[in-house]
Amino acid sequence: MLSLIASTISILAAAVTEGEGLKAIGAGLGYGLAAIGPGVGIGIVVGAAIDAMTRQPESAGTARTTMFLGIAFTEALALIGFVVFILLLP
Amino acid sequence: MSKLNVLALDFPPVSHLFEWPDFAFEGTPLAMNKTVLIYLLALALTLGLFLLSGSKKGLVPRGISHVAEGGINFVEDSIVMQTMGNEGKKYVPFLTTMFFFIFFSNIFEVIPFIQFPANARMAVPIAMALMVWVIYNFLGVKNQGFFGYIKNSLFPPGVPKALYIIVTPIEFFSVFIIRPLSLAIRLWANMVAGHLLLVTFAVLSATLWDSTYVGALAPAAMLTLMTGFEILVSFLQAFIFTILTAVYMGGAIHPEH
Repeated sequence: MLSLIASTISILAAAVTEGEGLKAIGAGLGYGLAAIGPGVGIGIVVGAAIDAMTRQPESAGTARTTMFLGIAFTEALALIGFVVFILLLP
Repeated sequence: MSKLNVLALDFPPVSHLFEWPDFAFEGTPLAMNKTVLIYLLALALTLGLFLLSGSKKGLVPRGISHVAEGGINFVEDSIVMQTMGNEGKKYVPFLTTMFFFIFFSNIFEVIPFIQFPANARMAVPIAMALMVWVIYNFLGVKNQGFFGYIKNSLFPPGVPKALYIIVTPIEFFSVFIIRPLSLAIRLWANMVAGHLLLVTFAVLSATLWDSTYVGALAPAAMLTLMTGFEILVSFLQAFIFTILTAVYMGGAIHPEH
């Protein structure tokens, strides 16, 4: 147990001194964090669109178009996170 | 950039996947590389599709005219009529051309031996987004007058007066700066992500095929699935770019009341 902690600390210390590893960790964490909100948001958008489509199948076309619009606006945040991820890659 | 090491595989550095060497007119602004060729091909395909089907006269469309008419109907029914209504019908040619050009330059992502989405380079997406920016601002000024357009886009009606201190800067930022940027970034980043995904599974399959044969089955199946998914994505991104353009143009023609 102690040796595990010691090895973890030495790995972390190496990462801090090298800097490159920290950059990779930051890039990965940044993209992961940026994906949380849009993930929930797209779920809400699609769920509401399915609700609308099942309740009123005649207006499914309009609901679908609006759904894609909503997805596009919500997705933009996740994509900006992805761009930061690409820029931060070592 | 050094080689990335993913799961002990030699993953090519990201710059190798997106930067192609020039092969003609090197050093001049007219330098050609693979991306330029794909764009020229997409342009030729778009032009060819509509010129060929336009030159065939006849009441019943057949062959290539079917594709062109289907495309025009699709853009008119599910993009223009949903967002701009009858006034938007004169913009159908512009939006159809844009839709097909973006779709053709995206779809080369899955065409064998080419396999590069030209829109994974930022130049043309940002140029198209700036063109859209000029067009919707021009339409807004033309239809509402300069001060009317500024007033309608910066001071949305139905907001309490005191809140304009916060709302107006946000609206300015989102209408005049974020809109073209997000339009370009959405198209570009989706294509970059798709290309990276396909490359990852292709590299994984190739390496596992070299070492174990059987191990390559799973990533190869995933590669097939993802190729199908990317066909959907390249269609969807062309659709979203076009429909957002239509929404911005519709908003400039008809302000919210």
